[in-house]
Amino acid sequence: MTNKHKNISLDFTHKQSAHCENGVVSNLLNFYGIELSEPMVFGIGSGLFFSHMPFLKIGGIPVTSFRPLPGIIFKRISRRLGIKFEKHKYSKPRKAMDALDKNLEKGIPTGMLVGVYHLTYFPDPYRFHFNAHNIVVYGKSDNDYLVSDPIMENYEKLSYDELIRVRFAKGLFPPKGHMYWAKDIPEQIDLKRAIRKGILHTCKDMLTIPVPMFGAKGIKFLSKKVRRYPDKLGARKAASFTGQIVRAQEEIGTGGAGFRYMYGAFLQEASVVMQNEELKKISYEISEIGDMWREFAIITGRIVKNRNTIDESYSLAADMLLNISKRETDFFKKLKRCVS
Amino acid sequence: MKTTDVPQDDANMFQGKLREPVYSLDADGNYTTVKSVGWDPKNEVMKDAWDSVNEKIENARQDVLSGKRSPLAYYIEKNIMDLSLVASYMGIWKCKVKRHLKPRNFNRLGDEMLEKYASVFNISKDQLISLDELRK
Repeated sequence: MTNKHKNISLDFTHKQSAHCENGVVSNLLNFYGIELSEPMVFGIGSGLFFSHMPFLKIGGIPVTSFRPLPGIIFKRISRRLGIKFEKHKYSKPRKAMDALDKNLEKGIPTGMLVGVYHLTYFPDPYRFHFNAHNIVVYGKSDNDYLVSDPIMENYEKLSYDELIRVRFAKGLFPPKGHMYWAKDIPEQIDLKRAIRKGILHTCKDMLTIPVPMFGAKGIKFLSKKVRRYPDKLGARKAASFTGQIVRAQEEIGTGGAGFRYMYGAFLQEASVVMQNEELKKISYEISEIGDMWREFAIITGRIVKNRNTIDESYSLAADMLLNISKRETDFFKKLKRCVS
Repeated sequence: MKTTDVPQDDANMFQGKLREPVYSLDADGNYTTVKSVGWDPKNEVMKDAWDSVNEKIENARQDVLSGKRSPLAYYIEKNIMDLSLVASYMGIWKCKVKRHLKPRNFNRLGDEMLEKYASVFNISKDQLISLDELRK
């Protein structure tokens, strides 16, 4: 199937980011004259989090996450910056593509949710049935759509059929042609206020959720689980379960150490905007905590490499998580005081 | 982490299609990004995940070649799908897909159904029914 409309290429600047949701927001805002880096989008959107839910399994393995549910960062940052986005889902693929064409004709670069399994330009080892990936379509050339995918270094292209396939991928949380675009950009943005709210929200998330699976408490909860994995699961399964934590920490585009390094970058930028030297100092602490997460990943790498053995690595991994939990508890208490 | 410590452990996970930005501190203590092609612990866990997938594909391949299950079983694993996902793409009930895993039921399928399954797996109908791919 081909589309019949003319060629369009909006003046959309593509910048690579570590994480797609941050990157799309940052690039879209940039199109409208608001320059916010990925770390700033992430921090203002309170994107840093931790959860481990043993009852929620994907592929039989419990889900660990270092950020809130997909879409939350987007929602929070829109609210905090006072930007209105319009969003739509479509039951018919043809309607979804026509709507996209209409937007492009009106000069509107459009963000959308896609599944990565059929994303032809993605490296094969990353093509899972994951449906919460964000890209921007900024034009079309004959039968191809021009894509700015923040994960990629350069602009990419998808044919009409390829784009339909990824927009209507099936599986967990199917995108259903979901697309969104900026509708209302305010004249003035109170960046200091947005940063402060973003930081306080993250501190609240990490310190006060009264459920043991979330925040800094969640890391301690996970520590207990990991310590018992070998007894409860046997060598092979214990290695897979532990490995999954590191996949969430490093594979999904966190900028390293489960977003902790990125958060440090945010705090450093925030310190300039807020003229608060304390924020710059504390940005180095979260980098050290990030290093501890990386240590945990190194131990896990060894566990996975020797997956048929059970040794003291599991205790070491559990100990590291326990220490991280303590450090993050102290860190977020301190951070809260910095902006209160 | 310092920019000088950002790892470049290349296990071809990105297949040369991209490098990943890692946030790190430069010599002046400022955060910046460094593009990385990979890191050993990350490569290990990804390899482990794909090893599990490949094990399943191999088991399915053996089952199909020995006549225990239909070619569907192989292509479902090859595409890292499960019955629910295939059923979703096919627009049919999951139990129907399960029935088609039995060779005698699969062999009774008409061309239209076979074409539909083939397109879910991004292959041709002929590829779906021939076992050449599995014998390689």
